[in-house]
Amino acid sequence: MRLLKETNENNQQTISIIMANKLKFSVQEVVHESDLDKDFGKRIAKLAHGEKLHGCIQCGNCSATCPLSPYMDFTPRKVIAMVKAGFRNEVLSNRTVWLCASCYSCTVECPKSIKITEIMYALKREAIMKKVYPSGFPIPAMSRTFFDEVKRGGRSGEMSLLMRFFLRTNIFKALSFTGLGMKLFSTGRLRLSEKKIRDKENFRKMLDSCSNN
Amino acid sequence: MKYLYFPGCSLKSSGRHYEESMLAVFKKLGIDVQEIDDWNCCGATNYMAINEMKATVIATRNLALAEKMVPTGEVNIIAPCNACYMGLMKTVKYLDNELDMRERVMKSLKAGGLNYEGRIKVRHPLDVIVNDFGLENLKKAVVKPLKGFNVCSYYGCQVSRPISDFDDPRDPVTMDQIVMTIGATAVDWPLKTRCCGGSMTSTIPDTGLRLNYLLLKEAKTRKADTVVTACPLCQFNLECFQGKISGKYNDDVRIPVMFFSQLLGLALGIGEKELGIQRLFVKPKAVMV
Repeated sequence: MRLLKETNENNQQTISIIMANKLKFSVQEVVHESDLDKDFGKRIAKLAHGEKLHGCIQCGNCSATCPLSPYMDFTPRKVIAMVKAGFRNEVLSNRTVWLCASCYSCTVECPKSIKITEIMYALKREAIMKKVYPSGFPIPAMSRTFFDEVKRGGRSGEMSLLMRFFLRTNIFKALSFTGLGMKLFSTGRLRLSEKKIRDKENFRKMLDSCSNN
Repeated sequence: MKYLYFPGCSLKSSGRHYEESMLAVFKKLGIDVQEIDDWNCCGATNYMAINEMKATVIATRNLALAEKMVPTGEVNIIAPCNACYMGLMKTVKYLDNELDMRERVMKSLKAGGLNYEGRIKVRHPLDVIVNDFGLENLKKAVVKPLKGFNVCSYYGCQVSRPISDFDDPRDPVTMDQIVMTIGATAVDWPLKTRCCGGSMTSTIPDTGLRLNYLLLKEAKTRKADTVVTACPLCQFNLECFQGKISGKYNDDVRIPVMFFSQLLGLALGIGEKELGIQRLFVKPKAVMV
């Protein structure tokens, strides 16, 4: 994975070059209106519990308050504009929405009371559903590992979660966590086998029935 | 009043000193808590990102189990982890307001032999201590005031945003109030609700570590003796990566990071071992004297 670039004076230029190469709507390549998915905005708004996307005035408060926006390819304000306009593939296959840590700063600061975090969640789910998420990016991998982990035993075991995550992404990265693991172990904060729930059968029945209704 | 207690996954492993200290403090203050039997994951951030329906169903299972333990009246659940607190609260809100969703969730619950009636109120320990127990009463219980001890209260994100109802979403104060009540000094700092990045310290260290570097650097610059948190993930991120962060940014940012309940417990005269102080990587020396 390419290293994340931070926005500061030194690499502003690098970032714009990367973006121009990476995104479809760079100067060389224009996305025509007919290529856009006109209903995308409506679908995402519905998925996000009926959020009033069209009310966005593009003020940029969300981007200004977002602690992760310096690391994103598009800022949250831009994501909203792109969703509204129908840039489906560009938004869903990009890693930007996965960088949202759901801290809800944008939701609190939005003067139009748009729940932007919910829209980010809706975009993540849509990307997973349509299988267009950036597959090499570690965050969706972590989410999926977490999901499987809970499905298995009802709870998330931190140790097995991390191990499975590294197996899924880059097993060598696990090495850089050995020191931390030892320290956690020596302070009694790492349990090698986590307690699972007792009533696994009914838990599974509940999850299975979700797919049917 | 009796409270039910939802620990969440972290409080049983990397954040067990949060559970230990919080239960010790509650015991000392005479606040009666009982763990929800056979609870499961709250459906937090990562789960929510994959399948919202399933996230809501498993969160509701916890609420239904809690109702089973308290046959009538309102059920107060204490959820000390920020993500669990917000996740369970959001679930209650969805079930109250979105009837279509409620119906589908109920169907799935029934498939597993459970029922949700809607008697749940989700509470954070900060809320319970400040608003139910009261700061006046807390002051009377203090036996060892922590005079001259500078504390940065770090709230993180989801304890006050976006649906929490007991503190200000931009400038929360409850943890600072507790800090002042036990005689310590609450350091004024602007990053008290700035995100720690959650699991990003493991997934995208370049981003995750930097978020935590900024927080630790600010606390150090303001001469804090310790940072206190009210969330297991915040505590983990801020404490466990200090070595890596100091090396990466060539700047010594080592500083004790403990749970507010540990600091509070010390002021209430509870033993260090009972509060899990030995589990901290960086011990707050000034308190130990």
